[in-house]
Amino acid sequence: MTHKSLLIADARTKKRNAAERRFKAYGLSAIVVAILALVMLLVSVFGTGASAFRQTYATVTVPLPEDKLDKSGVRDIEVMKKVTTIGYTKLLNEGFENVVIASGIPTGLSRKDIGGMLSKEAAATIRDHILANPDLVGTEATLDLLMNGRIDGYFKGRVTLESAALDSNTSPEELALAQALKDAGIIHTKFNWAFLTNPDASDQRPEAAGLGVAILGSLYMMIVVLVTSLPIAVAASIYLEEFAPKNRWTDLIEVNISNLAAVPSIVYGILGLAIFINFMELNQSSPLVGGLVLSLMTLPRIIIPARAALKSVPPSIRDAALGVGASKMQSVFHHVLPLAAPGILTGVIIGLGQALGETAPLLLIGMVAFVREYPAAYTPDAGLFGEASTALPVQVYNWTQRADPGFVERASGAIITLLIFLLVMNAVAIFLRRKFERRW
Amino acid sequence: MYATSLAQFTKDTRHMLPMYVPLLATLLLAVAGYYFAAKRAAASAGGDIRKLAALPSQYGLFTALSVIVPTLAALIVGLGFGGLSGALPLVLLSVAGLGFLVSLYKVSPAFRARTHAETWIKIILIAASVIAILTTVGIVFSMLFETRNFFSQYDWRAFFFSTEWSPNFRGNSALGIIPLLWGTLYISLIALTFAVPVGLFAAIYLSEYASRRTRSFAKPAIEILAGIPTIVYGLFALITVGPFLRDYFAQPMGFGDSASSVMTAGLVMGIMLIPFVSSLSDDIINAVPQAMRDGSLGLGATKSETIRQVVIPAALPGIVGAILLAASRAIGETMIVVLGAGAAARMSLNPFEAMTTVTVKIVSQLTGDTDFASPETLVAFALGLTLFVITLGLNVFALYIVRKYREQYE
Repeated sequence: MTHKSLLIADARTKKRNAAERRFKAYGLSAIVVAILALVMLLVSVFGTGASAFRQTYATVTVPLPEDKLDKSGVRDIEVMKKVTTIGYTKLLNEGFENVVIASGIPTGLSRKDIGGMLSKEAAATIRDHILANPDLVGTEATLDLLMNGRIDGYFKGRVTLESAALDSNTSPEELALAQALKDAGIIHTKFNWAFLTNPDASDQRPEAAGLGVAILGSLYMMIVVLVTSLPIAVAASIYLEEFAPKNRWTDLIEVNISNLAAVPSIVYGILGLAIFINFMELNQSSPLVGGLVLSLMTLPRIIIPARAALKSVPPSIRDAALGVGASKMQSVFHHVLPLAAPGILTGVIIGLGQALGETAPLLLIGMVAFVREYPAAYTPDAGLFGEASTALPVQVYNWTQRADPGFVERASGAIITLLIFLLVMNAVAIFLRRKFERRW
Repeated sequence: MYATSLAQFTKDTRHMLPMYVPLLATLLLAVAGYYFAAKRAAASAGGDIRKLAALPSQYGLFTALSVIVPTLAALIVGLGFGGLSGALPLVLLSVAGLGFLVSLYKVSPAFRARTHAETWIKIILIAASVIAILTTVGIVFSMLFETRNFFSQYDWRAFFFSTEWSPNFRGNSALGIIPLLWGTLYISLIALTFAVPVGLFAAIYLSEYASRRTRSFAKPAIEILAGIPTIVYGLFALITVGPFLRDYFAQPMGFGDSASSVMTAGLVMGIMLIPFVSSLSDDIINAVPQAMRDGSLGLGATKSETIRQVVIPAALPGIVGAILLAASRAIGETMIVVLGAGAAARMSLNPFEAMTTVTVKIVSQLTGDTDFASPETLVAFALGLTLFVITLGLNVFALYIVRKYREQYE
């Protein structure tokens, strides 16, 4: 019989220790996989989307001859409106060619090709500018105009000389000219405020598409969600937590709420379509309907944290209030609710954040529509929040469905905007929790 | 019927009496009522409020609530049933006025205003919590109603048992749910195969092994994944994961050349589910009493042996519940599959082929410009009801397990 030292591990111990190390390694790699997934997700979105916040413009001096724009010479806006964007495009092409010639850069491109390097939106920009300043007719105007999506993509690395050779919308010569113009300082890239303020643009002009309508629509919906779901959620959680007797009814409500929180969001879209649009005949794709649908979805998701916040207020507070003669209602509204308010507020903000990012139910109530008009908060015809609108996440979806590759960048840019909104909301929630949280 | 009368009514009132008139009047009456009732109460006590059964402000509160609560109730009933038609604004006005007068009349030193005001408040609270029930009823009825319409135009056996899905808006569609269910389940299976081990191991590592520093960094990082909207995951699938899987796996291995595939959607959905599985499992593992761990370690078991043979078995029911909840999330997920899985209804075992799911088809059948009475549109409600029933069953079962398990150690 051999005596083994305790200090030397035998084969079985070695095996067990190896199993221990393996197990720990599995755990660590699971964490690594999860964090890697997060990093890849963010890198992918930010990598493709960050460039949406920069946009290529050209400084163009456009001639504005009176005989083309206002033959009568009386500067009557209604008459001047008869000149369509096609009329302006010709002037634009001429102006841009002049700029190219003046810069002394040799090119074999025709006037039409040179003009085609500008965005189709540029003609509308200059038309709006003239209609706003009719006195400019007869002189010339120097403006920063959008370049088209391919030229813009070239400066962002999305379009290369090789891919341009295969592309019917641009050519390597155009890109070479664009590069020369950039070196000459005529084409320049600047921060793209228009991305945050412009409405959506048609399929041909990703360079002009913006999030203005979507942000406004999302804002309206968040107002509706806040106004409807906050009071109802607080009232419901106060009743369930403080007053409800323990019986079958309240059990039913309770089970119901936890189930509603787990119902797939698209089901709320079907509900909204059937009740708010088909039955109550509210306007399709309006922020009112969108907001109501999101409120129904958010309600249980707020009630659950609100109840937890009420529950965390110690019974001694209630007892003390009751002991000095307060009614049950007074003890709740004067003491418990104020103490639970930070917790409830945190839950509300997080719930709002979820509602802000929700897409599926909004697709069903028609928010996929192409909307170029900024929706008004109230009109006598459409009612409160009744005008057609779109929303941030739905705008992302819309752009993924477009053919032009420029929209992929726009969609990612929209997501960055959405994520920044969410980040701010969650930061506020965390701040509130840190500042007001009490440990009893 | 209801729908038309209600529309008629809203249009009529736009010309007659706009809806905001009675609502504004109610608000004004409530404010005025508060003021007058408080005055009247103080006056009825002859200026000595000790003679009153409640504070003057509580008389005011009672009157204000007596104006607001019945009017709100009338508004909801009126909107819900539509039968009152164009008279609704007038009805609201008279209800508000009645509440105003009756409650003012009741003001006297002996009247217990606070108790009565609190009864009104309680009614408000109860009404708010009933909304939860009404939502469920609304979901079920709105879908049941349209599903019945669908089945009156389309044979239910063909819907549930046919393996062909080919909607045709000129009629004569084949609308079998089986290929959609197949896609849904296949994608969910891949998602769970990825998310459950990763989420579970992450939870185990975080709760049993990680140092405080690792935990304080890794836990919020994983929770960020939970806060990201699903449209972001969808875009990730569309522009990154899909092309990657196609170029490096599907094409070289000869599995096809589609960027949208079951694998794409499944993997991305798996990422989405990681925080869901891990945070639920974390709670459940932490709920296992420390004494059980100490007992096992005291007998000489290593940490991993303790976890595998003591902690996990004790936490198993809860973990199963968490997995079921995750499965229900996977089945109901929409945006990831809309952007990542494709639109072709197909039953195949090849995970690199595009397939489609129930939720994708709900979206595609309801977003086109379609006739609302055709079976091609109505089928979306039948699909929605099926989805609702499946996820509800999973949720009820999972919540039952989780709740039952929690009681064991508390």
